[in-house]
Amino acid sequence: MDLDFDAADEVFRAEVRDWLAAHVPSAPLPSLETAAGFAAHREWEATLAADRWSVVSWPEEFGGRGGSLLRWLVFEEEYYAAGAPGRVSQNGISLLAPTLFENGTAEQRARILPAMARGEVIWAQAWSEPESGSDLASLRSTAVRTKGGWLLGGQKTWSSRAAFADRAFGLFRSDPDADRPHRGLTYLMFPLDAEGVTVRPIGRLDGKPAFAELFLDEVFVPDEDVIGEPGQGWRVAMSTTGNERGLTLRSPGRFTAAADRLTTLWREHGAPADTALRDRVADAVIGARAYRLFSYRGASHVLHDEGGPAGAASSLNKIYWSELDIALHETALDLLGPYGELADHAGESPSDGGWAEGYTFSLAGPVYAGTNEIQRDIIAERLLGLPKGRR
Amino acid sequence: MRFFLDAEQREFARSLDGLLASCDTPAAIRSWADGDHGPGRSVWARLAEAGVFALAVPETYDGFGPLPLELAVAFEGLGRHAVPGPLVETVAAAALLDRLADERVAADRLPGIASGKSIASLCLTSLGPYALDADLADPVFVVEGDTLSVAAGSGPVQPSADPGRRLSRPAGGTVLARGPAVTAAAGYAADVAALATAAQALGVGRTLLARTVAYVTQRTQFGVVIGSFQAVKHRLADTLLALEFAEPLVHGAALALAAGDDGAGRDIAAAKVTAGEAAYGAARTALQLHGAVGYTDELDLSLWIRKARPLRDAWGTPAACRARVLAG
Repeated sequence: MDLDFDAADEVFRAEVRDWLAAHVPSAPLPSLETAAGFAAHREWEATLAADRWSVVSWPEEFGGRGGSLLRWLVFEEEYYAAGAPGRVSQNGISLLAPTLFENGTAEQRARILPAMARGEVIWAQAWSEPESGSDLASLRSTAVRTKGGWLLGGQKTWSSRAAFADRAFGLFRSDPDADRPHRGLTYLMFPLDAEGVTVRPIGRLDGKPAFAELFLDEVFVPDEDVIGEPGQGWRVAMSTTGNERGLTLRSPGRFTAAADRLTTLWREHGAPADTALRDRVADAVIGARAYRLFSYRGASHVLHDEGGPAGAASSLNKIYWSELDIALHETALDLLGPYGELADHAGESPSDGGWAEGYTFSLAGPVYAGTNEIQRDIIAERLLGLPKGRR
Repeated sequence: MRFFLDAEQREFARSLDGLLASCDTPAAIRSWADGDHGPGRSVWARLAEAGVFALAVPETYDGFGPLPLELAVAFEGLGRHAVPGPLVETVAAAALLDRLADERVAADRLPGIASGKSIASLCLTSLGPYALDADLADPVFVVEGDTLSVAAGSGPVQPSADPGRRLSRPAGGTVLARGPAVTAAAGYAADVAALATAAQALGVGRTLLARTVAYVTQRTQFGVVIGSFQAVKHRLADTLLALEFAEPLVHGAALALAAGDDGAGRDIAAAKVTAGEAAYGAARTALQLHGAVGYTDELDLSLWIRKARPLRDAWGTPAACRARVLAG
């Protein structure tokens, strides 16, 4: 047992830190949930990619550095500590890319991954449907066989990034007669500007179009854009959902940096004598440390091939970070007192650290990537061995 | 970076668990509560044989410590089995004497602690007036201000919420040492005590969860086992979550202490409050999900339920720990 990084890790950390110090924009970029912000964030992805910092854990041939999970955690820690912009490519990098590495063809990897790494093609996820949220096996949108490919039909919703993105990926029902509902699904990718696609942006709680509805009417997808075997979409998707719930979506660096900013905010407010508030600041700091150590331990297990934070354990991770994120932001808003309710674009908002936008975003955490209720069921059934029951 | 227990540490935990499983600790606690220390002392002797106390004592004085991480592993096991006695106080006393760097005092006291012959207790009056199990412990160390003394006796036992904990005020005594070295050594001992208590709480929480999971999978209502109800499942999932995230804090704090990090005290405080709250939460859940039978002292479960709250508050209340985390 050893918490120290080796000399090579420290060299890597210093290299990341120096690069960020030289390149992170001095003023925050506009919100990536706006057209101008989206464009600015694309440019930032290109800047990252030019020096191979956009996907440090990917193989070098696709623009990465072949870094270990540990190196990725170090990178993320420095990234957030430097106050670098949010990642517009997040959906593609953390959801689609792991699937392609595991189930894609060599041709798909070569065609899709480098462009994703450079921010040239931004991906939106298209999992949910109006009648199908946590229960993905119930989804209804269809893929019908046609010459050389498939025709997509139906509706997707809550599609993150879709308002401004280029392409999307999701599951479609290709065999309505399959004996079990989660069989007969196919994993497909499609362009958002294709004929037959209508994108209707949806404003989230702060009005920004962070997601969209997609209406699909005979959208042609060639065979080369099917991932894995037709009919095996559920298995293909499940092989990588642990990534979404676990480490790769929410690295501890995010929360460590936010807890540091919260502590600074608390001290700037004269470290108020309000002990209830003090305790919440302390809990946020402790929570960020717990999440960091839990994540590093998990990464360490993976590196030493002792089994990692996969499967049901990623449900623990997902609940923890999503609730920690809300607690952090709520505490910050309370510290801001009468200014806490001001949105970021309010002229007098002191929330230049992004607390208001961060708060709005944090509220979605317990909902997306599998609701926390579903995660608790998974923990109870798979980690504690309790019987399945009626939801 | 390799941050998980190695094979040897896991084997130590396993063998300690096996040893304690064969000890009938519930019976030992019930005797202990009645003032019959016999069964508890024999558990103590077996723990000493397994090397538990030697982990806190340096090699010069017949130990093989100090090994904070192994101590944390051991104390999690002691908590799992709700072993009675001034376990934390004994290892904290060893830490204090070790840190005091007074060769005569150390040579006089530490070998007895390592071998298990000496059951020690420790009272830091800045944290509270009571010493645990002072009626049987020998010696009982008291630090008041910058003065370390050995108590001559103890006042009457004040009943604790936990029958396995016997509290009394140490009385009289002989001064052993005085000055800033005592203050510094007492601060270090308080850190070791907080770490051991956090680990012990974690073990208590693990047993409360395991016993409750076992209960809800056999208790039926409305024709089904209550463990199939979502409200029950979610409460247990949250209990596991709290314990799982407390554990790396405890282990990380032990490593920080072993390395002599400047922030070790802060890390220990973070571990203490988190493990203490997790165990207390597990106790509340265990009581609720066991229903009325959980509210009796007939079920052995009560021995763990009643431990959780005192461990949460001993050697650093949650408020004190949180303040320390922010003290920088």
